[in-house]
Amino acid sequence: MLTKLTHWSRLKSPWILHLNTGACNACDIEVVAALTPRFDVERFGILLKATPRHADVIICTGPATRQMKDRLIRIYEQTPDPKFVIAVGACAMSGCVYRGAYNVIGGIDQVIPVDVYVPGCPVRPDAVIDGVVKLLNKLKG
Amino acid sequence: MKFQIPIGPQHPALKEPISLRMTVEGEVIRDADIRLGYNHRGLEKLAEQKTWIQNIYLTERICGICSHSHTTCYVQGVEKLMELEPPKRGLYIRTLVAELERIHSHLLWLGVAGHEAGFDSFFMYTWRDREIVMDILEIITGNRVHYGINTIGGVRRDLDEQQVKRILDSLDILRQRSEYYKHLGTNEPSFVARLAGVGYLSREDAIALCAVGPTLRASGVAMDVRKDDPYAVYDEVPFEVCTADTCDVLGRTVVRIKELFQCYNIIEFLLKNLPAGPVAVRAPRRAKPNEVVSRYEAPRGENIHYIKSNGTDKPERLKVRAPTLGNYAATIQMLKNGFIADVPLIFAAIDPCICCAERAVSLVDARTGQEKIISLNSLKSLSLKLSAGNKRKREAEWPL
Repeated sequence: MLTKLTHWSRLKSPWILHLNTGACNACDIEVVAALTPRFDVERFGILLKATPRHADVIICTGPATRQMKDRLIRIYEQTPDPKFVIAVGACAMSGCVYRGAYNVIGGIDQVIPVDVYVPGCPVRPDAVIDGVVKLLNKLKG
Repeated sequence: MKFQIPIGPQHPALKEPISLRMTVEGEVIRDADIRLGYNHRGLEKLAEQKTWIQNIYLTERICGICSHSHTTCYVQGVEKLMELEPPKRGLYIRTLVAELERIHSHLLWLGVAGHEAGFDSFFMYTWRDREIVMDILEIITGNRVHYGINTIGGVRRDLDEQQVKRILDSLDILRQRSEYYKHLGTNEPSFVARLAGVGYLSREDAIALCAVGPTLRASGVAMDVRKDDPYAVYDEVPFEVCTADTCDVLGRTVVRIKELFQCYNIIEFLLKNLPAGPVAVRAPRRAKPNEVVSRYEAPRGENIHYIKSNGTDKPERLKVRAPTLGNYAATIQMLKNGFIADVPLIFAAIDPCICCAERAVSLVDARTGQEKIISLNSLKSLSLKLSAGNKRKREAEWPL
């Protein structure tokens, strides 16, 4: 009964932490735009949270920079289980144009495990919503 | 009694990774220290390995909000190096996209300011109207954020009659909405009370600390690269430089709202006087050895690109001075003697674009950092490493 309830609530209210790990701001703005009236993800119970301790899903934008690497791991550790990571944008997936720069490690998956990849440079807000929905379907199944 | 409060790199008040260290006495901030480098990607070095054309798309990705500012600044510089004269129609379209970008950036900022002031419906309103601009940009360029419209010697896409009509129609809606924001931003008592007097930066300080953009103009200094050193077609376009003399966050809001109206006028002028002809000229692959400084008035202030060529198809050096970097020194001055609760508001008021500013890492800052933050896992491995050589005592004695 209780597990069923937690599972249900997990599906109905995924709270999100948005983390910029070195992105150019484009994906970040599109993630925030997904919250605003045109797209309005809040109707799906998706809420943007400010601290990792409240979050279920970490939305990472941007390539992992060397300076941010340790902080990224730390934030991942602070998030309570079960936790999921969505890599948003081409940079978070592979590094995009920054590939080969001395301060860029590569995609987010070089540092922490990633569940869903959302492609695009930058991603459209619709794509962010699609990514979250796909993650929820994965949880259901 | 003084305390140090670290804020960031990941913090509810900040949207992008940056670390602020406040020295506080009670609620009052006595000193502030900004630590950078979380967003440093090594872009200037990367630019040296790419060709002139490839670098347009790299500079575009310096920042996602002012992507057109950086490409235009870069492309203008390269055009000077290659001694190219882009056609008038190309320049008009380039300026049009620049002004549309200014509108979307200012609307975005108004929303963020409203959010930081605890006025979330304002945030939702402005961002809803921002989508209108995003739609126009998508129609013109095919993309919402990274437009990719600039190329060396002009622009890549032309405008047609239908698009012009669509933009003019949307402008009417935006004008109407901005009137409402103007009314709200200057008359809504709680909003004005929250913003007035916060983050004071006197005219003398603003000049001495090299503030740029709306931050400078809100301190009563009428400086705008578009007027002082006109590029593209700004010498033909009539517009005013908007200033305010309240020197606080309210002034910065007013300047931005006023600028919105100027943007609408500029766009209307550009569309009604759009000359016929080609949009781009063919650019050579190589540039003669030379160096150039290109200036551009980005939504956040003056953007400077320094480009050096050495006769090959790649730049020898590309240096970017983004507007946010120019505003950091002024921010520290604004934070001093303010309250902790005002930090997000003051910081948001310069419209920080950290990804823009992260060009250089100052190693001095990293070295003087006394404390070290380590993760749980590395702490574990460190303790294991330290205790690895210790002898295991079979019968340990209780020390007391």
